[in-house]
Amino acid sequence: MKFIPNSAIKNSMLKEIGITDIDSLFSDIPKQIRIKNLNLQDDLSQQEVEEWLRKLGKKNKSFCEMPNFLGGGIKSHYIPAAVKSIISRSEFYTSYTPYQPEASQGFLQAMFEYQSMVAEITGMDIANASVYDGATALGEAALMCTRINKRKTFVVPTNISWDKRCVLKNYTKGAGIKVKKIAYNRETGKIDLDNLKKNIGDDTAGVYIENPNFFGVFEDEVEEISTIVKEKQSVFVVGVDPISLGIAKGPGEYGADIVIGEGRSLGNPVDFGGSTLGIFTCRNEFLRQVPGRIIGITKDKEGKRAFCMTLQTREQHIRRGRATSNICTNEGLCALAAVAYLSLLGSKGLEQLSITNFEKGQLLAKKITSINGFEKVFNGVHFNEFVIKCPDAHQLNKKLISENIHGGLILDSLHPELKNCMLFGITEMHNNESIEKLVSVLKECE
Amino acid sequence: MYRSAIYDEPLLIELEGKIKGKPEKVLPLSLQRKEKVNIPDLDETQIVRHFLRLSQMNYGIETGIYPLGSCTMKYNPKICEEISRWDCFAMTHPCQDESTIQGNLQILYELEQMLCEITGMHSFTLQPAAGAQGEFTGLLLAKTYHDFNKDFDRNEIILPDTSHGTNPASATMAGYKIIEIPSTKEGTVDLETLEKTLSDKTACFMLTNPNTLGIFEFDILKISKMVHDKGALLYYDGANINAIMGKARPGDMGFDIVHLNLHKTFSTPHGGGGPGAGPIGVKKKFERFLPVPRVVKKNDKYHFNYDHESIGKVKAFYGNFSVLLKAYIYILLMGNNGLKETSEVAVLNSNYMKKKIADSKKYELPYKGLRKHEFVISCERLRQEKGIRALDVAKRLLDYGLHPPTIYFPLIVKEALMIEPTESESKKNLDEYIETLIKIAEENTDTVKNAPSNTSVKRVDEAGAIKNPILTWKSLQRYK
Repeated sequence: MKFIPNSAIKNSMLKEIGITDIDSLFSDIPKQIRIKNLNLQDDLSQQEVEEWLRKLGKKNKSFCEMPNFLGGGIKSHYIPAAVKSIISRSEFYTSYTPYQPEASQGFLQAMFEYQSMVAEITGMDIANASVYDGATALGEAALMCTRINKRKTFVVPTNISWDKRCVLKNYTKGAGIKVKKIAYNRETGKIDLDNLKKNIGDDTAGVYIENPNFFGVFEDEVEEISTIVKEKQSVFVVGVDPISLGIAKGPGEYGADIVIGEGRSLGNPVDFGGSTLGIFTCRNEFLRQVPGRIIGITKDKEGKRAFCMTLQTREQHIRRGRATSNICTNEGLCALAAVAYLSLLGSKGLEQLSITNFEKGQLLAKKITSINGFEKVFNGVHFNEFVIKCPDAHQLNKKLISENIHGGLILDSLHPELKNCMLFGITEMHNNESIEKLVSVLKECE
Repeated sequence: MYRSAIYDEPLLIELEGKIKGKPEKVLPLSLQRKEKVNIPDLDETQIVRHFLRLSQMNYGIETGIYPLGSCTMKYNPKICEEISRWDCFAMTHPCQDESTIQGNLQILYELEQMLCEITGMHSFTLQPAAGAQGEFTGLLLAKTYHDFNKDFDRNEIILPDTSHGTNPASATMAGYKIIEIPSTKEGTVDLETLEKTLSDKTACFMLTNPNTLGIFEFDILKISKMVHDKGALLYYDGANINAIMGKARPGDMGFDIVHLNLHKTFSTPHGGGGPGAGPIGVKKKFERFLPVPRVVKKNDKYHFNYDHESIGKVKAFYGNFSVLLKAYIYILLMGNNGLKETSEVAVLNSNYMKKKIADSKKYELPYKGLRKHEFVISCERLRQEKGIRALDVAKRLLDYGLHPPTIYFPLIVKEALMIEPTESESKKNLDEYIETLIKIAEENTDTVKNAPSNTSVKRVDEAGAIKNPILTWKSLQRYK
């Protein structure tokens, strides 16, 4: 059998250890529950598998065949070939969590550089080596706030994604944390400061804002928000889109205590929504409350610089039920892609990428709003996503798909108050041809 | 013999590359970054070389045997990697119209069916991103189920002292009190203690079978009856299912909720720590509570269904799709016969190594009888006689170009080495590993305690990293 080298010599090996047959190896399983076979088809050859997957692949329409303008926090970005080449080094991708530092210096150093770069772009002191995704990073952040100040309410605005709110609810339930939702400002799409002031109290463990938020709008009153949060000695948690950080302030600059985000956009494909990469950073003073793995610098026996996992007593394999989190497997390879990607972009490249995304976001919004019947819903400054009210969003999307182009994300099921609204997203991947095509179909629906 | 490369590879920030000037002003002042991001502007040549060198100081399953107990480090077929990168999968967006992602939906649907068959469960969710997240999801399901039955006082989780560290950590996150029970001298669940510990406060008994000693819990049917008689649920940690595919199924053993680690048994690469996938399988009565969305099939078309009572979500979108896709391909490649062969040879390799090492009398083998896919030996006598600890043996293995096993786990075995060879290794590799272990036990203490010396760095001072945490470039510069 393929991938099983000893398949052909089972009997001689059994004989060597004095066991009569394979079944005897499983004689410790009670007879009543032993089975003979699984009801699955028998093995396929690699060629057969490839043919079958090609067939299935044809039932999908990828970005290449049908460009989409879907917002909602996950979008295609160009991935330099070198990123793919680096993460394809099998010394990296077939390695386990680096429990043996002497055999894992490569991955450990790469993760140290990942932590460093993430700390640089967010303006924070430290980062961990990843959590699962942006949504679970929010859940972990809420739990961390409660560990820090023992308070039991966590405040979130409603201009974050539905997925995140759902995940947050599940992550906080066990710790008895109450999640308080505050409505966003219907005109700007931003957090309503009066609403925030009203809903923050002495029991508020932390406050979360997203910048840019789910509607693509930048929260520009961050200094004021930070002051409000700090006055109550709550923890200030900010979610970011790392692609924006080439031009936008890192939240460290405006007083964030914990910064999280979905980092998949850094060198990882969209992959139908996963694999993802949860960014998790904080200020130094909260180091010992951080969930997940952290890589540090130390020395080897001869004084040479070396890397290893550190502060492991926070983690489940040492502390079991009292760990800061249950996370073990994280998103290591996605973090490797991210560090390779950021290195290849460099400071200049990241800035340029941010500018391109910002400018394309402005351009597309301008083109769409110049069409009769299409208007921007929020007047706050947006990055590369924005909400448009359309004549009939569902009808429009059907029409677009029939023209082999996919419109924005229809928001009514998640936000009933935004009927006929679409969340459009655009990146450096959308060429003029696809933009013009989108605009021309929208014009037909004027 | 494999030898790691040895480079004094600088950090990227220490390579040339200067950050010059101020960022272009694009955004309103309140949003605009003042300083450029401090990431060096290097040429692709330098960067590729940097990472290549790093990779050559890293040991993977393609480098050699990687027998970490409970981690199932098996070969990752190339075809799974290749197909998962095709544009038709990698460049699909999770929010596309259902009509444009029928292929993806079919894969998710069929993978769920396959996992149901392998485990004997009724339905699956593929959403959890890792085993630990699967556990957490499973325990949320347990809580929701008990609450649904107005059984509100069940706030305790029982687990054996051999359980994986994630089990109690997940139980805490789900809001439960943990009760750990000691194992018997045979290394299995102590039925008497279990009986005494079970009560109408028990939500769940979490069990790994075969357990982390590699021993199959022969009394599993009795355990199941005891647990269910008390109205509690039985949870299966599927980290070790590589031992029993096509031989026995947790569903038939009476387990209510099961998690699998696709990055272990189903051969998706571990990626230096992830990404993984930790799907959850359940019996019928829990199906209604599974996370949203569920993939359903109607008139040969696949759809997402959000319309049921559910615990909601544990992760954005539908799980780590690229990992799920690789596992789907792996199951097609192996099929019914291949999965069975996998478990047979994984168990054979483990028992072969166990017997040979035990016969050498250089290490002790606690507990009698058969093992499944892994086994645990002890260096306790080596420690007493020569002062050589499990950690020293592990480091010395590196000098011979071999990756050590899991050490100091499970906690009930002193100076434990937990070995899981998997089905991927040839007899020659197993023999070499056995011989090396025997040789190390015979070496003089200093040689072993000073190991490793053939690796890119010598023994690493892990305690030093804690005393003075340097976790980023910034803190390194400050420290300097």
